[in-house]
Amino acid sequence: MSEVRNDVQAYTLRLELVDEPGELLRSLQPIAEHGGNLLSIFHERGNVTPRGYIPVEVDIEATPDRFDNIVEGLSEAGINVIQAGTERYSERLTIILSGHLIETDLSDTLTQIEATRNATVTDISLSAPAGSIGVSSARLQLAAESGSTEAVLSAMRDITDEKDLQLVEPLTVGGRA
Amino acid sequence: MRLCVLGAGAVGSAVVELAAEHGHVVTGFADSESAVVDADGIDADAVLSKKHADGVVGDGDPESVFDADYDVLVEATPTTLGDAEPGFSHVERALTDDRDVVLANKGPVAERYADLRALEAESEGTVQFEAAVGGAIPVLSTISDLGAPHVTAARGVLNGTANFVLSRMAAEGLDYEHVLAEAQDLGVAEADPTFDVDGIDAALKFVILANVLSDGETEYALDDAEVEGIRNVPGTALDLAAEDGRTVRLIGEATADGVRVAPRLIPQGSTLSVTGTQNIVQLETKHAGQLNISGRGAGGPETATAVLSDVSRLE
Repeated sequence: MSEVRNDVQAYTLRLELVDEPGELLRSLQPIAEHGGNLLSIFHERGNVTPRGYIPVEVDIEATPDRFDNIVEGLSEAGINVIQAGTERYSERLTIILSGHLIETDLSDTLTQIEATRNATVTDISLSAPAGSIGVSSARLQLAAESGSTEAVLSAMRDITDEKDLQLVEPLTVGGRA
Repeated sequence: MRLCVLGAGAVGSAVVELAAEHGHVVTGFADSESAVVDADGIDADAVLSKKHADGVVGDGDPESVFDADYDVLVEATPTTLGDAEPGFSHVERALTDDRDVVLANKGPVAERYADLRALEAESEGTVQFEAAVGGAIPVLSTISDLGAPHVTAARGVLNGTANFVLSRMAAEGLDYEHVLAEAQDLGVAEADPTFDVDGIDAALKFVILANVLSDGETEYALDDAEVEGIRNVPGTALDLAAEDGRTVRLIGEATADGVRVAPRLIPQGSTLSVTGTQNIVQLETKHAGQLNISGRGAGGPETATAVLSDVSRLE
């Protein structure tokens, strides 16, 4: 591994911040100080964890050495690091939902998927030839955490069962699925 | 071999018609209401014409076929769920008399596999059922050649009607009801398509595969299978799949986790995306990778060919 320690890689940090002014800025300081390149920040304001923290997802680029220093710096600053590493969403999967998607609140359906925490919706295509009433379909591309495909599909089944929607899952084994 | 054929539908009739070509003699033939028995072999053409004209195969009582001199009972009556009767009793009677049995009927092997194996263990006769899974496709004989413990999973498309409907919907951009009506006109779907479009027929076949692969360790029946059909897959779902280079097929799976049949997204042009009434089975093996076998999974002469291959294996 030593010969690749200077390669810059993308990392995702999942932090939980105390709901106080200035906390977000304070959490970014160790990243800047230790030479991390900030790619994106996903600040889930309004989405509070059961313990009252605000989840934040930060994507950065850094060398492995610098990344270790960043995580250390965050911990020293008293920031909760829930998850730190590469390949948070390393598995892509495509599903299709059909049924009364709009009447059953498609936006709420997507929120529920995001709330499962181990997947995020990266693309959506909707086909609703009959308008908002009637049967429509949506193709969703999900990015799932490594090794969590089965858990994500299981959560999808619960969500679609509850809304009486048809879920077409990918065949993830065999063939070239 | 001398055959006693029960059931005079498409499969039973085709067995009677093709038996001579395979070097066998039919000594008894019965439908649900009548029977014909002849120790020298029945006149296939005459009996099938009579069935066509009068709706019955002969004048005898259906039960009288068991008095015929026969070596192999061919059970080709309609598949029934639950207790799998009357098919199961027919098999029981033949095995008790130490005769061999070849099943085209899925009921006894899907719903009462352990009972069937127990009867077979007590009998001089053996039971073969290649025709119950995938018509003319030699799935079970392939598994038998490989050895069931060397096959870790079976998956694929084993219902031609559902596959016809899905592939037509994808190709023509039509909705389910429209394509189903077309399939009924073509004789690809029955007037009551429930068994096919709700996934039950495919599930029975994968339950049989699961029973064979588990080699007696776990017994499966239809109730143990997770089954979802294709009625609620609209044309828009197939359109969106196609935009992304994918398609939807009714895929069955028999794995260590159990049996599941459901519409699934698969890449267009991939091994399992067969079109029309074509069937395919993919076997996952421990040491030899994947094996794919495809062909005609239904039809009288096709299924009768599998029945007669089973008969030849008993010689």
